[in-house]
Amino acid sequence: MSQVAQGKGRAGFVVGFLFAPIALYLTFVIWPYVQTFGYSFTNWSGQSPTFDFVGLDNYLELAKDEVFRGALWHNLLLLVFVPVITILLALFFAFMLNAGGRSGAGGVQGVRGSGFYKIVYFFPQVLSLAILAVLFGAVYRSDEGGLLNGFLIRLGLVDRMQPIEWLNEPDLVLWCLLLVVVWHGVGFYLVLFSAAMQSVPKDIYEAALLDGAGRAQTFFRVTLPLLWDSVQTSAVYLGIAAMDMFVLVSTMTSGQFGGGPDHHSEVMATVLMRNFLYFGKSGYACAMGVVLLVLTMVLSVITLRATRRERIEF
Amino acid sequence: MSMASTGEGLGRRDLIKRSAALGLITVPTAGFLSACASGGGEGTTKGPDKAPVTKENPFGVAKGGKLDVVIFKGGFGDDYAKAWEAAFDKKWGTTSTHLGTQEITSKLQPRFNNNTPPDVVDDSGAQRIKLDVLFKANQLADLTPVLEAPCLDDPTRKVRDVLIPGTVEQGTQGGKFVALNYVYTVFGFWYSGKLFKEKGWTPPKTWDEFLAVCTKAKEAGIGGLAHQGKHPYYINVVIMDLIAKKGGLEAMKAIDNLEPNAFDGSAAALEAVEAVYEVVEKGLLMPGTNGLNHTESQTAWNQYKAAFIPSGSWLENEQLKQTPDDFDMQFLPVPVLAGSKLPFEAIRAGAGEPFIVPDKAANKPAGLEFIRSMLSREWSTLFAQQANSLTVVKDGVDPNVKLRPGTQSAVTALKSAGENTFNYLYPDWYSEMDTAIQDASNELMAKRIQPKEWIKRAQAAVNKAAQDPNAKNNRRS
Repeated sequence: MSQVAQGKGRAGFVVGFLFAPIALYLTFVIWPYVQTFGYSFTNWSGQSPTFDFVGLDNYLELAKDEVFRGALWHNLLLLVFVPVITILLALFFAFMLNAGGRSGAGGVQGVRGSGFYKIVYFFPQVLSLAILAVLFGAVYRSDEGGLLNGFLIRLGLVDRMQPIEWLNEPDLVLWCLLLVVVWHGVGFYLVLFSAAMQSVPKDIYEAALLDGAGRAQTFFRVTLPLLWDSVQTSAVYLGIAAMDMFVLVSTMTSGQFGGGPDHHSEVMATVLMRNFLYFGKSGYACAMGVVLLVLTMVLSVITLRATRRERIEF
Repeated sequence: MSMASTGEGLGRRDLIKRSAALGLITVPTAGFLSACASGGGEGTTKGPDKAPVTKENPFGVAKGGKLDVVIFKGGFGDDYAKAWEAAFDKKWGTTSTHLGTQEITSKLQPRFNNNTPPDVVDDSGAQRIKLDVLFKANQLADLTPVLEAPCLDDPTRKVRDVLIPGTVEQGTQGGKFVALNYVYTVFGFWYSGKLFKEKGWTPPKTWDEFLAVCTKAKEAGIGGLAHQGKHPYYINVVIMDLIAKKGGLEAMKAIDNLEPNAFDGSAAALEAVEAVYEVVEKGLLMPGTNGLNHTESQTAWNQYKAAFIPSGSWLENEQLKQTPDDFDMQFLPVPVLAGSKLPFEAIRAGAGEPFIVPDKAANKPAGLEFIRSMLSREWSTLFAQQANSLTVVKDGVDPNVKLRPGTQSAVTALKSAGENTFNYLYPDWYSEMDTAIQDASNELMAKRIQPKEWIKRAQAAVNKAAQDPNAKNNRRS
């Protein structure tokens, strides 16, 4: 009895402290979600407090909207490639920096100058996405003034009169953007994985080395299993980033809120914003928002479930 | 493992970021769900008491009220507006608040949704709120009373009579005059007088001559036509002007009126698109121009990397810093195709930079009076001096104001055009259709679709717009 009462008292105490943050969370996070859900059943224009209830019309139209479906497909593509490429590269570099050096007297260490590399790798993370967009805008610039084009023209690989219009090529644009995201992300995950690797006791590595394990074996048999938690979380985090992509697409590609050429780089967020702010179809855009939210949540759950493994204690 | 918790922390932070982003979308609208449930918006506005309406005060501006002005601070800056507001305050004893911004949508959307919009808005720039959207949401005051009011310079005339023809048409949505497009703009090609003189080229009058100059430019190692590839809006000017000139005003109106044969089956349209495509096919575009934005391409053109570029007459002011002193910017009407119904001199000329008075403005009388004052010679001259551009007021600029070469050439072209000016209205009426046609043009210029496919796509966009509820009101004759 008394224990239960004590428990209740403690719960009340905790709730008392949590009340303010929960109230704030409900007001500024949950309530907007609820509102968005409500608006998705209306024909709200976004510029007026009046609108009519239209039932499921927005969702039915959404199912037929080819632009939105194309955007969804692009998001899914990114969802596969962004986490996989970023994590693989980051793991590889992190391993090289922490345990990839030649083991001289049996010690485990990174390649020479790894401290310096770590700092350099982290640089991209310091830049905001807006700066990144400008930076890579100059890299991908479609005339000979662009870094890539200028380089390729110098090398004689590209005709000066026909430079590659990187962000205006339907087959290239999405990959160009993918490269930016990966470039941006690798450094951060490298540092993240490095920290995780450093918390792995050295004796495990030493034991592996004594048993005659090479670099690859050490990585796959020792490092990766011990890092699994970090990898899993990174996958979710990168997955969410891949579902967004708004800043890069809207600033780097052509079209109102980006998505060009001809919807080939469209992601759900850009279609949403165009309908919300430009076409005056805010109710419709809210329906997209709801779909985006549901998808992101479902995907997070799936990623966490699918990558669940037995935890290794050390 | 310690990292796992760090990772979770990141995930949580990201969640909050994302929900904040979603919140951004919805927060501006917070608090009126309930208002809407009751059938929407309190219709009454609480302004200051209205003063009695007199001949000098046709809208009943109350002395000592407040005036809330939001100005798009773009190529024209906003100094002119500050000068206007000072003059207005002096005359009416009002206290005006001024906001000069590029972010019209994000600043004003919450205010429109809260029924607390400003009194006067210059709704322009890339982040403008589209007029068709505002109109459909019943947010625009009818400005017809301003047209009927006496003109400030000459009380025997109505304001309507001092406007350049087309101004009223341009600002009409669904049959109502709701936006005063204040800046008079001409559209067409631009070239460097200096470059043409040096190379001995003559400004072309027919499309064949145009192609010939482009070919000579290519031989000289520079591009023929540059365009603002990332914004297909500009190349659409060329396509649409060719259509209007070839097929006459009928062809233009067919597009604005969403006729089933506006593009599909229109010989003028097909020929115009094929003409533009010829530039692409013959490799006469400035290399890389399809992927450049407006400043990049215009600057390249200013560096003599291309012979022509399409744009409106804001170009000179926009490029002021990048233009060499001896560049000698010149305007050229879009050259004609063989057998065109309109002459070479005909140009697209129209009013731009829409000023609106929100319907729910707190001080609507002052807003209307402000619009009326803009159409006085005094304010019009102020604008020309500060913003380096012409206004829709007929002879509204003091002849002593000296113009730059580009603007001067535009004025000359306007004079030779005489009655032969035209202007499209569909971009203001149907945003989605405009966007779809722009997408098609982007594909055409990149050589990914053929003219026939462009026609098909443009017609599909027209047919879709025809289902718009406003389609039956937005008609021109």
